[in-house]
Amino acid sequence: MHMADALLSPAVGGTMWAVSAGTIAYCARKVRTDLDDSKVPLMGVLGAFIFAAQMINFSIPATGSSGHLGGGLLLSILLGPYAAFLTLASVLVIQALFFADGGLLALGCNIFNLGFFPAFIAYPFVYRRLIGAQQTRSRMTMAAIVAAVIGLQLGAFGVVLETVTSGLSSLPFSTFVVMMQPIHLAIGVVEGFVTAAVASFVYKARPELIQFSPEARSTGSRPVRGVLLAFLAIAVLTGGFVSWFASKDPDGLEWAIAKVTGKEELRAPAQGLLGTLAEVQQKTAVLPDYSFKKPGETGKDETQPAGQRKNAEGSRLGTSVSGVIGALVTLALALLIGFLLKKRQQAV
Amino acid sequence: MASIDGALLDFKRLDRLATGDTAIHRLDPRAKVLATLVFVVTVVSFGKYEVTALVPFLLFPVAMVALGNLPVSYIIKKIALLCPFALVVGIFNPIFDREVLVQIGSLGITGGWLSFASIVMRSILTVGAAIVLVGVTGFPGVCLALERIGMPRVFAVQLLFLYRYIFVLTDEGSRMERARKLRAFGKKMQPGIFGSLVGHLLLRTWQRAERIHMAMLARGFTGEFHTRKDTEFGSREMLFLFGWSALFIILRFLNLSQLVGSLVTGISP
Amino acid sequence: MSHHIVEVRNLRHVYPDGTVALRDVSFRITHGESVAIIGANGAGKSTLLLHLNGFLSPTAGEIRIGDYPLTKATLPEIRRTVGMVFQDPDDQLFMPTVYDDVAFGPLNLGLPGMEVEQRVKEALEKVGAGHLQDKPPYNLSGGEKKRVAIATVLSMSPDILVMDEPTDGLDPHARRQLMALLKDFSHTRIFTSHDLDMVLELCSRVIILHEGEVRADGPALEIFRNDELLAQCRLEKPLSMQGCPVCRGKG
Repeated sequence: MHMADALLSPAVGGTMWAVSAGTIAYCARKVRTDLDDSKVPLMGVLGAFIFAAQMINFSIPATGSSGHLGGGLLLSILLGPYAAFLTLASVLVIQALFFADGGLLALGCNIFNLGFFPAFIAYPFVYRRLIGAQQTRSRMTMAAIVAAVIGLQLGAFGVVLETVTSGLSSLPFSTFVVMMQPIHLAIGVVEGFVTAAVASFVYKARPELIQFSPEARSTGSRPVRGVLLAFLAIAVLTGGFVSWFASKDPDGLEWAIAKVTGKEELRAPAQGLLGTLAEVQQKTAVLPDYSFKKPGETGKDETQPAGQRKNAEGSRLGTSVSGVIGALVTLALALLIGFLLKKRQQAV
Repeated sequence: MASIDGALLDFKRLDRLATGDTAIHRLDPRAKVLATLVFVVTVVSFGKYEVTALVPFLLFPVAMVALGNLPVSYIIKKIALLCPFALVVGIFNPIFDREVLVQIGSLGITGGWLSFASIVMRSILTVGAAIVLVGVTGFPGVCLALERIGMPRVFAVQLLFLYRYIFVLTDEGSRMERARKLRAFGKKMQPGIFGSLVGHLLLRTWQRAERIHMAMLARGFTGEFHTRKDTEFGSREMLFLFGWSALFIILRFLNLSQLVGSLVTGISP
Repeated sequence: MSHHIVEVRNLRHVYPDGTVALRDVSFRITHGESVAIIGANGAGKSTLLLHLNGFLSPTAGEIRIGDYPLTKATLPEIRRTVGMVFQDPDDQLFMPTVYDDVAFGPLNLGLPGMEVEQRVKEALEKVGAGHLQDKPPYNLSGGEKKRVAIATVLSMSPDILVMDEPTDGLDPHARRQLMALLKDFSHTRIFTSHDLDMVLELCSRVIILHEGEVRADGPALEIFRNDELLAQCRLEKPLSMQGCPVCRGKG
């Protein structure tokens, strides 16, 4: 359930980037001051371990399907929340760059959904609370399942919220929730079960790895609350700023550019090459350039000048026959340029 | 990721592309990372139903592939995998959004299909940009760039360590899985067995971390990482970054497809 | 530090779980010697090596490197003096490129940029890996990895080289190359290995560890001729001393 660039608006993507970057910076400071330097290679290698473990599938009993380890909760148990968050974030960066899981802008969302919830909510407030002082196997399994379910439910809900606020998907909020949450309930149970299986194996072989995880003691108290509050503050501030930004005009970027250039609307400049092109276009166009049939106006062919972009989504799109043909030609041009560049490249 | 070895080979291939030596490869990674970010933000800033205006943006990944001498078919194959989640969510748009927005002759295109097409187009562009970025910069280059832009050193080191040991550990993991398969006679992996197999892998990983730490101490490690900073953000980088950014912003407000289309259809009878 | 001497006196090490890895180990290795420490699995070789660089501290006994006893205060200097090459080069090569890896030590020593660059060049040249400097370590072959791992240590200009199983996992050609390289060094060298033919070729002196104690310490040839001793310590003669059953008497 990696969030994807294609479903994100810049406002939501930017907010989540800021939140995740802030949390990374905070954790990095924390890890620097709290941990001994032997944790430096350990975090790195455990991140790679998560990759290796994710590539090994197991079959889920009684379903015939197979699953793999997510790893957020396991890392939190082994490393404590700060180091675990950084490790998870690093895993997600690699997935975004190499496996095309989501993309660069969605990285902020993904780090938050899959890193923040397990490390700073599920682990300290659920797992640690449930497991108490005695780490018996059954207690461990129970705590891991509950924590994994809660972590994943929150993560899935995060995906729903981010998608719905971005507004690119037309899925109604309720339908989306009904789709996402039950699936992740099942995934959460499996995740918890497997996490417990691995953790209890390690606990049997080398109990000190799990018992004395240096930060395990301090969680649930002030530091984590600090993170939570800081996160909330960042989210409210960025969110508030961005939505104020966005409410001025449905399109924040356009608005910002207009502000910067000092014009109400950004028009194709009247002089120079573009101006000439625009003139040529006016003169030669057979098809009206914006032949939009807005709902309710069918039959009335409305032509709008290119500068008029007030009327939100509908009128902003130049999609008409000429637009489609133009897109194809542009595509061909882009490929041709690429081809020529490549030729030149090889000739050099 | 059906086959471990397949996924690994694929990974290694993308990694090797970055060893190329073209003008694009030689640019300071910061220029490439920043240009890619501007690109992605511009692409996603378009309205929900925009399709044609997105097409000219293909020029960026296409030019990078060409200038970076990347294998075209391989990159296309990587992009074709796209992001399954985006497509699964997007495919619901035509169901929920049935308003006809565009009329081409007698064919009415609904907002749902338009926005779905837009999501596909966005996926191609954003996923393509990310993959091409790695192909012409390399992962260590991207890390270095992010660090110099302001990412905490601890996190940069974390990314580099993770990257270094992915190959080592996935190799180890796939050896263990192969050994299990050889003796399993077609039986599927049970969660309990998974627990001890992965648990073993985890313990070995932990021991490896201890050995690496010793190797670091043996060479005078005191908690500080020193990295080389031998690239410079010169005029070529300026030109690259601002040239592309300017183009993206122009393309953001000027629907080139529309313009070209009007020209073409206007001229041809 | 003119005397590159390694001296171990009554070294004893007990792991936290109660396992006695080293009972009572004493030896003295002097400048320029090439010494092999051999023994069966579990004889205590690795535990011993980890003491020479201060990763483990003795339960009892003393270690002196050069003129200094090994203590917390002398540790940084001793780690520079004793270059440790690990068995698995993947543990030793952790930086993004070969160059970064070889520069890691000198940079930690706080050397100026020019000097670092020169040391890296020299170290890579010495092991014949100059052309590999921009490659990431995971793209190297086993033999290349091993040589680069040695270069990462050489760049710190150590006086003493300690190597754990240097020929482990190498193909015959790479093994030959590595042995030729090691033969050329003028450092004091300490190896552990199960590759007894390599030991015979490279080392004039052999120390046999058995159950945490020094069982024999003497010239390599003398020790490898003692069949009884070798059998007791779960070892055997190097193949080159066994006489070939096919061509016996003809060669």
